[in-house]
Amino acid sequence: MEKKLNNLLKSAIEEIEQVNDLDELEKIRIKYLGKKGQLTLILREMGNLSAELRPIIGQKANEVRFEIEQSLADVKKKLERKEMEEKIKSETIDITERRKVTSLGHKHPLLQTIKELEDLFISMGFNVVTGPEIETVENNFDMLNSPENHPSRDLSDTFYINDKILLRTHTSPVQIRAMKKYNAPLKIISAGRTFRFDDVDDTHSPMFHQLEGLVVDENISMANLKYTLDIFIKELFGSDMKTRYRPHYFPFTEPSAEVDVTCIECRGEGCPRCNFTGWSMELLGCGMVHPKVLENCGIDSEKYTGFAFGMGVDRITMVKYGIKDIRLLFDNDNRFLEQF
Amino acid sequence: MFLPIKWLKNYVDIKLPTKEIADGLTYSGSHVESIKKLNNGISNVVVGKIIKVKAHPNADKLKICTVDVSDEILTIVTGADNVREGDLVPVAKVGAKLPDGKEITEADFRGEKSYGMLCSLKELGYEDNVIPKEAKDGIFIIDDNVNIGENIVDVLSLDDEIIEFEITPNRPDCLSIYGMARETSATFNLELKKINVEIINQVDDISNLITGIDIKTNNCHRYYAKVIKDVNIKPSPLWLQTALMNAGIRPINNIVDVTNYVMLELGEPLHAFDASKIEGNKIIVRQANDLEELVTLDGVKRELKQDDIVIADIKKPIGLAGIMGGLNTEITSSTKLVLIEGANFEAKNIRLSSKRLGLRTEASTRFEKGVDESLCSFAVERACQLIEMIGAGKIINGSYDIIKNKNPQTIISLRPNRIEKLLGVKIPENEILNYLNRLEFEAKLEGDKINVKVPTFRKDVSVEADLIEEVGRLFGFHNIKPLPLYGNLTRGSRPKDKEIQNYIKDIFWGIGFNEAMTYSFLSPKVFDKLNLPQDHVLRNCVRLMNPLGEDYSVMRTSLIPNMLDLLNKNNNRGIERAMIYEIGNIFVPNSIPDSLPDEMMRICLGIYGDKDFYFMKDAIETLLERLGIKDVKFSRENESPIFHPGKSARILKDGRILGVFGEVHPEVLKNYNFDNRVYIGDLDFNGIFENINMDWKYTDLPKYPSIDRDIAIVVDEDVAVGDIEEIIYANGEGLIESIDLFDIYRGNQIDNGKKSLAFSIRYRSNDRTLKDEDIIQIQKRILNKLEERFHAKLRG
Repeated sequence: MEKKLNNLLKSAIEEIEQVNDLDELEKIRIKYLGKKGQLTLILREMGNLSAELRPIIGQKANEVRFEIEQSLADVKKKLERKEMEEKIKSETIDITERRKVTSLGHKHPLLQTIKELEDLFISMGFNVVTGPEIETVENNFDMLNSPENHPSRDLSDTFYINDKILLRTHTSPVQIRAMKKYNAPLKIISAGRTFRFDDVDDTHSPMFHQLEGLVVDENISMANLKYTLDIFIKELFGSDMKTRYRPHYFPFTEPSAEVDVTCIECRGEGCPRCNFTGWSMELLGCGMVHPKVLENCGIDSEKYTGFAFGMGVDRITMVKYGIKDIRLLFDNDNRFLEQF
Repeated sequence: MFLPIKWLKNYVDIKLPTKEIADGLTYSGSHVESIKKLNNGISNVVVGKIIKVKAHPNADKLKICTVDVSDEILTIVTGADNVREGDLVPVAKVGAKLPDGKEITEADFRGEKSYGMLCSLKELGYEDNVIPKEAKDGIFIIDDNVNIGENIVDVLSLDDEIIEFEITPNRPDCLSIYGMARETSATFNLELKKINVEIINQVDDISNLITGIDIKTNNCHRYYAKVIKDVNIKPSPLWLQTALMNAGIRPINNIVDVTNYVMLELGEPLHAFDASKIEGNKIIVRQANDLEELVTLDGVKRELKQDDIVIADIKKPIGLAGIMGGLNTEITSSTKLVLIEGANFEAKNIRLSSKRLGLRTEASTRFEKGVDESLCSFAVERACQLIEMIGAGKIINGSYDIIKNKNPQTIISLRPNRIEKLLGVKIPENEILNYLNRLEFEAKLEGDKINVKVPTFRKDVSVEADLIEEVGRLFGFHNIKPLPLYGNLTRGSRPKDKEIQNYIKDIFWGIGFNEAMTYSFLSPKVFDKLNLPQDHVLRNCVRLMNPLGEDYSVMRTSLIPNMLDLLNKNNNRGIERAMIYEIGNIFVPNSIPDSLPDEMMRICLGIYGDKDFYFMKDAIETLLERLGIKDVKFSRENESPIFHPGKSARILKDGRILGVFGEVHPEVLKNYNFDNRVYIGDLDFNGIFENINMDWKYTDLPKYPSIDRDIAIVVDEDVAVGDIEEIIYANGEGLIESIDLFDIYRGNQIDNGKKSLAFSIRYRSNDRTLKDEDIIQIQKRILNKLEERFHAKLRG
C-alpha cells in the first residue's frame, strides 16, 4: 500500500508540473484529492489494514496529500502570475499618444497679472476699490492738483465726452473718490482701464491699464513707501531685484519719485533690452500725496500724510511674460491667449 | 536737453567721469536718457593746409591737391569743388578711421595716386540737421586759427561727451547748460562759477535808433531790448560753431549763433531782428488780429488768431512771439543794424499757439513751460558781450526794459520736523540749510523754523512740501532707509462683486473658455452690421468729442460686436475653433445733463468650431448652478436681430432677464463674411450678482435604493422637452429624483413631423425602499397627463 501511495504521489507531481492553465490544474486536483479522487479511494482501503500498519499508512497518506496540495498551490500561484502578466501585456498602450479630452481655459495674462498684484497688496492689508471709467474733469485733473495749463488736459492727450466729462487718464480719480468717501486712515489699491489719446503702435495703445495704491494715516513717510514698494517688487519679480528711487515730478505728489527696477532680462548685468543700464526704467511712479490733494478731499494735511504709487500694468505684464508688442494684449488671438 | 560736458565745465569744476556725473544727477532728479560720445571712432584725422590744387589729367570732376599736414606733404585726389589753395581742411591720412567705419587706404583715381581723404562734416559724423548750410556740400573749410597737423578731434571738440536729459515740465530752469551746471554744483557740492557780463565799449544811444517798446497785451510780462550797429554778418568763429553743432543746433551766422548760444547757455530764448526793417522804429507787442498773416523764418505763411502774441512794428507783425521770428526782419548777409530781444511771455499762450500752428521750436519749448523773467536783461547783455567779443558789431548804449508783470517773491516757512515726518529720516538742520543754499534758495534758521526765499527761476516751488522734495533729493531718496508701516493691523479685501467676477472666471476657466480683453470703444458702423433698427436701444451710445477715428468714436453699449470681431479674426486666421469670454463694462448715456454715463458690467461668451447651442446652454447653466442661482427658465429670444430666432433663448429668473444666448443670425454672420456657425451668450453681471446664493448646506446622502424606469413617447415635433419634463416632475408625487433624456428618434418607424423621446426616470424615497407597486400608478398617471397635454403616445 505504501508503494501505491508513492506511485500516486509520483504521478500526481508529474502531472501537476506539466499543467499550463488553471482549469487543468483544478481537474488534476479533483482527480487525486476530490471526493472520488485516487487518494480518497486508497484511504478507503485502510480499513483492511492491521492495527499496527494503520497509523503508519495513515501518516504516509497525509504526507502524500500535503505534498500534492503544496505542489498544486505552487503551480497555481505561478499560473496566476503568468495570467496577470499576459493580461497587463495585452492591455499595454502607447503612452506617447495624446488625446485632448479635458478642457481647461486660459486667463488673459494682463488681467491675471492685475489679480496677482491685487492679491499681493491684499496680503499686505490693502483694500481693493473701484471707480468708473468715464470720469469728471474735476476728479481726473482738478482735485489732483493738475495745473490748469497742463498739456495732459489737451484734446490731443485726453479723450473727452464734453468739457466736464472724460475717459479717465489714470486710476487716480478712484483715490479721490475713496478719500472723499472714507477720509483717513486709508489703505487702498485700484486697478483698471485707462485711456489716453495715443495712436496704436507696439508700445502705445489708446486704452491701457494702471494699478495705483494709496496709504493715508498719521506718520506715513517716504521710508514707508520705499519699504512697501520694495517688498512688492521682490514678490513680483524675485528677491534678488533691486529698486532705484529717482526724484521726479507728478502734480499730485510732493516729493515724487520714479522707480527703476533691476532689468528682468539680464538681472542687472546690462543687455540690449535695458540699453545696457541694468535697469528697467520707469516701472513705477510714486510719492507723498500733495497736501493740496489731501485738503481737496477734506483730509487734514497737517495731521495726516500719505503715499501713493502707480504703475502701468500693461508694461509690467509685458516685462513679466516677455511680450514685445502691446497690441498682442488686445488682439485676442486664440494662439496667444492659450500660451498663458 | 543736451548737456555737453566740456561746456558744463565752464561753470563747474567737475572732474568725475561722465558716467558718474550722469548717475549723480539721476539720483538728484535729472533723468538721464543717454550718454553720447561725439567721437564715433575717428582717428588719424588732422588739420591740413592746401598748398596747391591742380586739375586731374584724366577726370574733369576730380582735383589733385597737395596738402601740408605738418609732418609730411600729401597728394590727395578729391571730388569736392570747394577747395582752394590756402584753405585749412580736415585730412584723413592713410590708416585713418571715420565714424562710418571707413578706413582710409592709398588709392588710385584714374592713374593718380591719393594718400588720404579730405573730409566733410558729414564724414566726420555730424548729422545733416546741424551742419551749416554753406558746409553742406563739400569739404569742411576750417575758417579759424588752428595749427596745421592738429588732431581734428581736438579742433572740433569731438572728444566731448553729451548727456541727454529728460527734463520734467516743472523744471524749465534745467533747460539750459547753466541751469544744469547749477544742478551739478548742488548735487556734487561744488562751486558754481558766475558768468560775468561786461561790455567794454558802447556807442551812440538806443533812443536815436528805436523810439520805444509798447506792450499792448497782458501776455507779455517783460521785454528787454538792445541794439547793435555796424554789424558784420559772417560765419561764427569755430568755437561758437562747434559749441552749437555739438549741442544739436545748426550754425547760421554770427548774430543768430550768439542768440542761440545764449539760449542754450541760460535758457532764455533771444531773438535778433534786422532793425532797419522795423518800420516806425518802434516795437509793439500785441495780440494778433484774427486772419492776420505772417511769414515765419521757415518760409511758411501763418494765419494768425487773436490768441497768438505777435511782435510788430507800426505797420505789420515781424515775429510770432516766443515761437519764431518773421521773415520780413530776418538777419541777412546785408544786415547792419540789429535789435536783440529778450522777452517773457505767458506760457499758456505760447503752448497753445505753437500747438495750433504745429510749430515747435527751441524757443517755444522753453517759453511754454515758463521762463524766469529776470533772465531777459541778463541774457541780452550776455549776447551783446559775445557779439562784441567776436567782433560782429558795435553795441549801442542803453536798453529798453518794459516790465509788465512781476512775479512776487515767494517766501516759505519750512519745519525740520515736517521733513522728518514726510521723508521718514532725520536730517540735521545745518545739512538742510546747506542743501537749500546749494540750490540758491536763501535759507535761514529762525527759531525752530527755516525761512526760505525761493529764487525767481524756481516757479515750481510754492509750498513747504516742495522744499521738502528739494532737501530730499539732495539727501538722496536712495539714502532713505525703508521702514515698515506700523499702526492698527488691517485686513485687506476685495469687494464682493470683484470676488464673484474672479469666481466666474474660474468657472469659465474650468469649462475651457479663454479670457479676452477688447477696447471699450466701438465704431458706430457695427450697429449696422448687427442689423439693428435705427431706433434700437444699443445705438444710444456715449460719443467721444475727439476720437482717434470713427472706429473708436463711441463707447460700447454691448460686448457682442467686439466678440464677433475677434472670433471672426481668429476664424480668418485659420484657427479652427475658439471658446472665448470677456467680462467688461458697457456705457449708457445718462439722461441728466453733465452727469456721468451709467457703467454696467456684462459677461460675453463666444464660440465657433466644434460646439453647438446646447454646449453654450450647458456652459451657462453650469455657471448659474455654481453660483447657486436656481429655478432659471428659458424662453425663446425672438426680438433680437442679432440671434437666430429658432436657436436662441432668454435666461429668466423670477421674470428678470439675466441674459440672452444662442446662435448668431445667419444674416449678421453674412455681414461679417463669417463662414462658420457662431454662438454668443450675453449676460448681465448685476442680474446674476443679485441672485447669487452660495450659502451651500449639506443634505443627507440617500439611505434607500432608487428605481429607474424608462419611458419612450412619441410627440409632435414642436413639443418642448422642458415642458414634458415639467409635467413628469409635477406628477411624480415628490419621488422623482432626476429625469434623463437619453434618446431622441426621428425616422421611418414613426410618423413624419413627430419625434420619439426616451426618458429614464429615477425614483427615490427618503424614508423607505420603493417597490414596483409604488411606481406603477405614478408612471400611469404621468403617461395620461402627457397624452392629455401633448397627445403623447407611448412608443411600443
